Amino acid sequence: MGLPLMTALVFLLLYLPLAVVVLYSFSASEVARWPIASYTLDWYRELRQDREILAALRLSVVIGLAAALIAVVLGTAAALAIDRFDFPGKHAIRFVVALPITLPGIGTGVAKLSFFSLLTWEMSRWTLIVGHATFCIALVLNNVVARLGQLPRNLGEASADLGASPWRTFWRITFPLIRPAILAGGVLAFTLSFDEVVVSFFLQGREPTLPLLIWGRLRIGLSPEINAAATVIVLVSLVGVLLSNRLLRGGARSGEMATGTSR
Amino acid sequence: MSVAVPSPSTSTARTAAVAQPGIELRKVRKSFGETVAVDEVSLVVGRGEFLTLLGPSGCGKTTTLRMIGGFELPTSGEIAIDGETMNHRPPHRRPVNTVFQNYALFPHLTVAGNVAYGLEMAGVAKAERQRRVADALEMVRLPGVENRRPSELSGGQQQRVALARALVNRPAVLLLDEPLGALDLKLRKAMQVELKQLNRAVGATFVYVTHDQEEALAMSDRIAVMSAGRVLQLGTPEEIYESPRNRFVADFIGQTNLLPVEVVAIEGDRARVRVSGGQILTCRTTAGAPVAGPATLAVRPERLHLRSELGETGGLAWNHLEGTLAETIYLGTHTQWVVELPDGVSIVVHRQNRGPAERGESLGPGEPIAVVIDPDAATLLAE
Amino acid sequence: MVAPLAILLVHAFWSVDYLTIQRSFMLENFRTLLTSDLYGRVLGRSVAIAAVVTLIDIVLAFPVAYFLAKKVRRHREVLLLLVVFPLWSSYLVRVFAWKTILGTSGILNTFLLWTGVIEVPVSAFLYSKTAMIITFCQVWLPFMILPLYTVIDRMPNALLEASADLGATGRQTFWKVILPLSLPGLLAGSLSVFSLTLGDYITPTLLGGPGDQMIGRLVADSFGMSNNWPLGAALVLPVLLIVSILIWGAGRFGALGRTAS
Ligand SMILES: Nc1ncnc2c1ncn2[C@@H]1O[C@H](COP(=O)(O)OP(=O)(O)OP(=O)(O)O)[C@@H](O)[C@H]1O
Ligand SMILES: [Mg+2]
Repeated sequence: MGLPLMTALVFLLLYLPLAVVVLYSFSASEVARWPIASYTLDWYRELRQDREILAALRLSVVIGLAAALIAVVLGTAAALAIDRFDFPGKHAIRFVVALPITLPGIGTGVAKLSFFSLLTWEMSRWTLIVGHATFCIALVLNNVVARLGQLPRNLGEASADLGASPWRTFWRITFPLIRPAILAGGVLAFTLSFDEVVVSFFLQGREPTLPLLIWGRLRIGLSPEINAAATVIVLVSLVGVLLSNRLLRGGARSGEMATGTSR
Repeated sequence: MSVAVPSPSTSTARTAAVAQPGIELRKVRKSFGETVAVDEVSLVVGRGEFLTLLGPSGCGKTTTLRMIGGFELPTSGEIAIDGETMNHRPPHRRPVNTVFQNYALFPHLTVAGNVAYGLEMAGVAKAERQRRVADALEMVRLPGVENRRPSELSGGQQQRVALARALVNRPAVLLLDEPLGALDLKLRKAMQVELKQLNRAVGATFVYVTHDQEEALAMSDRIAVMSAGRVLQLGTPEEIYESPRNRFVADFIGQTNLLPVEVVAIEGDRARVRVSGGQILTCRTTAGAPVAGPATLAVRPERLHLRSELGETGGLAWNHLEGTLAETIYLGTHTQWVVELPDGVSIVVHRQNRGPAERGESLGPGEPIAVVIDPDAATLLAE
Repeated sequence: MVAPLAILLVHAFWSVDYLTIQRSFMLENFRTLLTSDLYGRVLGRSVAIAAVVTLIDIVLAFPVAYFLAKKVRRHREVLLLLVVFPLWSSYLVRVFAWKTILGTSGILNTFLLWTGVIEVPVSAFLYSKTAMIITFCQVWLPFMILPLYTVIDRMPNALLEASADLGATGRQTFWKVILPLSLPGLLAGSLSVFSLTLGDYITPTLLGGPGDQMIGRLVADSFGMSNNWPLGAALVLPVLLIVSILIWGAGRFGALGRTAS
C-alpha cells in the first residue's frame, strides 16, 4: 500500500468518530441510528439551558487554567534548574517528573486520592487542581527543557559578557526565547486538564467537571445533547488551537505544541 | 592573494608595549576533574597588543580565553586586567567583550538590538546608543542591516555583527575565539586584514584564538604557542617561525626538517654538529640548547639550496650535506625536492618556481645531490 | 519547585506508605490477589490487550509519521496539527462515538449491509474485545504518531541516501537504519499507548462485554462502588510496577528526553 493512501486512511480513522459526533448532534432522533432521518438544532437549544453543563464547563475551565498556570510556573522553574545545573540524580528527577504523565491514570489517580486522604484533605476543586497540576508540570517541563536544549549554549554567556546581570539575562534573553515553548506547554496542559476523566474521577468533590458530568450521563445512555456539547467543545478548541498556533509561529515549530506524551 | 605579514618594525614597536600590561596571567591553572586544561600559564599581554593563542585542538586555548572572560574560574593562579585582579569578578562586570566562535547572536533581537545590547546594559541614553550602533556597523562595513534578524544574514555578516556588538562597548580587552573559523578562504583573508586594522584603530587589547598557523602569523603582534595546557613559546611571528625554541613549535608552525645531530663544539652563537651520517655542519644555537651530545636541528625547507642551483662556483667549502635525490614534487608555487642522506634520513628542500626553465632540471631519482645550508637558517633546538 | 517534586516522590512511593500504615490489610489483600485467579486473569488480559493495541498503533503510525516527516513538503504543519487535533476534542465523546459506529444499527453495519458483505446486522462488533481494541487504537494513535514523527524528522536525509547508496534495498534501509534510529520515539510512543490502555476504565465500561473486564475497571470499582481502598491499592500495584519498569527501561534508551521534543 502506498504511503499517501495509508496516511489518508489513518486520517480518516482519526476523524471518523469526530464526524460521527458532529453529525449526530444534529440528528432529530434520540437513538443513534444510521442513516440519520431528520435534522434539528434542538439539542443546541437544550444545551444552552442546561445549568448543570454550564456549571461543569465553568469548573473545568477554572481548573484547567489554574493547573496550567501552576504548571507553567513550576515546570519552567524546574526546567531551568535541570538545564542549568548539573547535579547527581538528574536522570532520576526526570524519571519522577515523567511518572504522572506516563503512569496509567488509574494508578496516579488512586495514589493522589490516598495521598490527599492521608493529609485529610476533603476532595474538592482544590484537589482536582493540585492533581491536574502534577501531570501538567511534566508537559511544560518537557517542552521547556527541549527548547532550552536547542538554544545555543553561550547566549547566556554572551549576554553576561555584554554586561547583563543574571536577572536581566533571564528576562531579556532566556525568557523571550523559551516563551513559545512555555505557552505551548501551557496550552497543552490546559487541554489535557480540560479533558481529563480517569484521574479526576478519584479527586472530584461534589461538583463534577465537564468530562465527569458527561461520563455520568453517558453511563445512563447518550443524550444527543452531549453530542451537541462535544461539538461546541470541538469548535472552541479548534479556534484555540489555531489561535495559539498563530501565537507560536516564528518561535516554535508546531510539532512542539503537539508534544508531551500522555496524561 | 598576498598575506599581510606585519613588518618587523611594527612588531618591535608593539612588543615594547608590554611595558604597559593590559592582561596578566600569573600561574593560571584550570582542571576539569582529572583533565588539566590549562597548566600554570603565565603571560603578559600589552595594552593594545594583538596576541594570538595558537595550538592544536584541545590544548587549552578556549579555556584560557574563557578564564579571561570570566566564564570559567581558574583552579589556581591569578588573572589581572589593567592591574586589577579579576579572580572573583563575574563576566558582566569585567571590561572585556568576547566574539564567540559561533557568534552567539541573540536570535530574537534585530541586528541593531544585538549591537545595542551592551550599551543598554550600561545605561547609555537612547540617542547616543543609536549613534554608536550606527558607527559600529559602519566600522565593520555593514551599514543598513539594522532591522534584520541574525538569521537573515550570511555567515560573514553575522561574524561582523558579533564583532560590532563587542566593539561598540569600547572594551579594554577583546577576546576572539576562532571568529573566522566558519568563513570561506577568501572572506577569511579579507576579515583577517580588517581585524588587524580594527585593532590598530580602536587600540583595544586583542586576544585571538586560532589553530590556523598562517592566520596567526598574518595577524599577530605576538603569538603564544600552546600545547597540552602550557605555553611553549611566546614571541613575534618571526621569532616563532625563524627561531622555534623546541621541536613542537618548529613542527607545528610551517614545514620543518628536523635532523637528529650530535653537538661537537660551541663557539658563541654558532655550533658545530655532526649529522648522523658523519657529515659536519655549522648552525645557530639558542639559549637552552644542548652544548654537547645529541640534539635536534631544525631547518625550514625554503631556506635550503641545491648545489646545482648555485652553480659550480658555489664551491665545496659551503656548509652542505650530500645525499641522493629521492623524488621531486611539483607544487605550483614551488617544487619540493626530497633528498635522502646516507643514513636514510630525508631532508626536504623547497624551490620557488620562478620560471619554466627551472622546472626542467634533468636530475633523476637516485642521482647524487648536495644541499647547501645557510648557518643562520639552521637552529639547534632547546628541547 | 521542591514541593511538587516531593509530592510526586510521595506519589511514587505512596503504595509503600500505605503498606506501612495498614500492613495487615495489605497482606490480606495480596493473599486475596494471589489466591483468586480472577485478578490474575484480568491483569493478564489487560496487559495482553494493551500490548496488542500498542503493536497495532506502531504499524498504523509508522507509515504516517514517515510520510509526514520525509515525503510531505507543503502544509506539513497543517497535517501535523490535524494529527493532534482529535486530542483536543473530548476523549469520552470520541469513545462513545465508537459505540454509535459499531452498534447494530450503526454506521459499520449499515455500510457492510450496503456493500453486501453481510446479510444481517452483526451485533458482535459492540461489547467485545475487538470493539475495545479498535477504540483504544484510534483514540491513542496520535500519541504514537507524534514521537515517531519527531525522531524521523530529525533523521538526516543523507543517512537514508547513504544507506541506499551502499546498496541497501528500501526494506533493508527500514530495518537497519530507520527502525533502530526511531527507537527512542518508538519506545516513547509505545510507553504512552501501553500505559494509557492499561489504566483506562472508560472504554471497557462503555464498549467491553461482560467477560472483558480490565484492571482499571476493577480498581475504579474497589475505590468507588465497593469502597475497598486497600484492595484497590493492591490491585493497582502490579500495574504501576510493570509500567515503572518499562519507563525506567525506556529512559535508558533516551525515550524520556525524546518525549520532550
Ligand atoms: N567544561 C569542560 N569539562 C571538562 N573538560 C573540559 C571542559 N572544557 C574543556 N575541557 C577539556 O580541556 C581541554 C582543553 O579544552 P579547550 O576547549 O580549552 O581546547 P581548545 O584549545 O580550545 O581546543 P579547540 O581548538 O578544539 O577548540 C580539553 O582536553 C577539553 O576536553
Ligand atoms: Mg576552542
